[in-house]
Amino acid sequence: MNVQTWTYIMVGLSFTLYIGIAIWAKAKTRRDFYVAGKHVHPILNGMATAADWMSAASFISMAGLISFMGRDGAVYLMGWTGGYVLLALLLAPYLRKFGKFTVPDFVGDRYYSQGARFVAIVCAIFVSFTYVAGQMRGVGIVFSRFLNVDITVGVLIGMGIVFFYAVLGGMKGITYTQVAQYCVLIVAYLVPAIFISLLMTDTLIPQIGFGGTLADGSGVYLLDKLNGLSAELGFNSYTDGHKTTIDVFFITAALMVGTAGLPHVIVRFYTVPKVAAARSSAGWALLFIALLYTTAPAVAAFARTNLLTTVSNMAYEQAPEWFKNWEETGLIKFDDKNKDGVIQYRGPNSDIENELTIDRDIMVLANPEIANLPNWVIGLVAAGGLAAALSTAAGLLLVISTSIAHDLLKKELMPNISHEKELLAARISAGFAVCIAGYFGLHPPGFVAEVVAFAFGLAASSFFPAIIMGIFSKRMNKYGAISGMIIGLIFTAAYIIYFKFIHPEWNTPSHWWFGISPEGIGTMGMLINFFVANVVSYRTAPPPLEIQELVEQIRIPRQEPKSQAT
Amino acid sequence: MTQDYSAASYWKKNLQYLSILLSVWFIVSYGCGILFVDQLNKIRIGGFYLGFWFAQQGAIYVFVILIGIYVQLMKRLDRQYNVHEQEADPS
Repeated sequence: MNVQTWTYIMVGLSFTLYIGIAIWAKAKTRRDFYVAGKHVHPILNGMATAADWMSAASFISMAGLISFMGRDGAVYLMGWTGGYVLLALLLAPYLRKFGKFTVPDFVGDRYYSQGARFVAIVCAIFVSFTYVAGQMRGVGIVFSRFLNVDITVGVLIGMGIVFFYAVLGGMKGITYTQVAQYCVLIVAYLVPAIFISLLMTDTLIPQIGFGGTLADGSGVYLLDKLNGLSAELGFNSYTDGHKTTIDVFFITAALMVGTAGLPHVIVRFYTVPKVAAARSSAGWALLFIALLYTTAPAVAAFARTNLLTTVSNMAYEQAPEWFKNWEETGLIKFDDKNKDGVIQYRGPNSDIENELTIDRDIMVLANPEIANLPNWVIGLVAAGGLAAALSTAAGLLLVISTSIAHDLLKKELMPNISHEKELLAARISAGFAVCIAGYFGLHPPGFVAEVVAFAFGLAASSFFPAIIMGIFSKRMNKYGAISGMIIGLIFTAAYIIYFKFIHPEWNTPSHWWFGISPEGIGTMGMLINFFVANVVSYRTAPPPLEIQELVEQIRIPRQEPKSQAT
Repeated sequence: MTQDYSAASYWKKNLQYLSILLSVWFIVSYGCGILFVDQLNKIRIGGFYLGFWFAQQGAIYVFVILIGIYVQLMKRLDRQYNVHEQEADPS
């Protein structure tokens, strides 16, 4: 069977599964819709969180990104996993104890202020929309590349599926579909990785093969071979860093803290039955994420070595079929500058001019073809990419719909709305959000890549400090929290907008403050938030007594601790 | 032996655990993976350069282990202070 047939089979089977689960897990109550009735098993919640978290970017782009960045790619690897330690230790158990449904709920109640709740709602909606646009685009791209349908049709199919299970099933439907999607995406990621590891290093486990010797019997370590090839062709050494230490430090911190502050991740910990379950669930989530995140750098190194040995100095006439296929999609571009008919793929340190441009996204998508893997593996990769994009999109849409129906309507505008009406409003806003997301998928604003820095920066400089201080400081009052959030936000947003939109030509290390790039500025925003909040808070009245008692309560798993040993 | 089983003492113990675990978290990621990566890269284990390995693999393994330890520590602490939740929360 050819690739196309296999892709239809794999994608068709996985979609049938998702729809089946959606019908089985239909949400009946408001509680089902927002937090899946609060009885999701911690391991299942871990899988759902992992699928929620790992987006089209993690699945499709990350390994390619690392492949071209070398060691500096670690900012994403550590940044997007280290945040879970913060979540498990500093946020999840206490937010679960607090109960309720959303992040703005916590911010609004803890800081006894509708204003604080409103700032939180605006941030949550903005961050989620930023993210969801990219997911829908990812769905469209996978469809168009693997199934030869138009991007528009691809996005519409994706919208239809998400609409179906998000609107019908709410958090409950989404959670159980995400469990299935995790399984699909992790298998789709690991199978080709294992194949390639066997092929290149004769080792079953990619994480070990990564540090092993090449399978050609030369006894040379893979990483040494890769460093050698890179030097020969004028690329930077793979295992050395090329960003400044301070920038790597700040970007990693912004991604970690941003991860811990993203509303669609935090809200997942409201769905488990107990505080203890919230802690272990974060652990399971990270374990499931780590499976992919430790495989990705191995895939990156394998793919890079493979690419450098295959295409450099190859006669264009003899280029393999995958090369021509991907050339047609425009993701590989060859420009024979010296007209010798030979592909010169060279780095910035070489005297010879580079003639080849390669889109980083194809490193994962084309890897099975480059390594000559069976057709069903390619079909599986397509299904995996879709699972990653759909699961993240659904989680984000839920945050948007809850923010509108619960936080904005119920808590701010129409406090007397009945539970049934609120549920209906949640469904309508979920449907509405799907349409807007689809629109962005079809007409992506040119700045999607730029605004991702925004999402993390804003989460890091607003939510994270507000929640942390809400739990760990009884003295923190609403004036401190609100001024901290607003100043942190304005600072971070201003810095990013200045370098990304107003003066993109100045976006170079020599113009940055202390050499910190816009991607890492969220860390600075967070520090400013902490500082301002504390200064303001200690100059104004302490929070009311009942708020201090609320903080006491969320710190302890069971309501009334008894003063005796077991 | 008398011991203080108050909420304040429970919280203090929790903060102690947090500071130890977060120090390890900081050392493996920001320490080994970023600040001292070049020094550690002089050490080789198999095909790996140690600093590179921490940055792209090791830190992530340690993160998973840290959460595992925290879950176990807190489970014990909750029981010691008798603040653990009963099975099947009725709420």
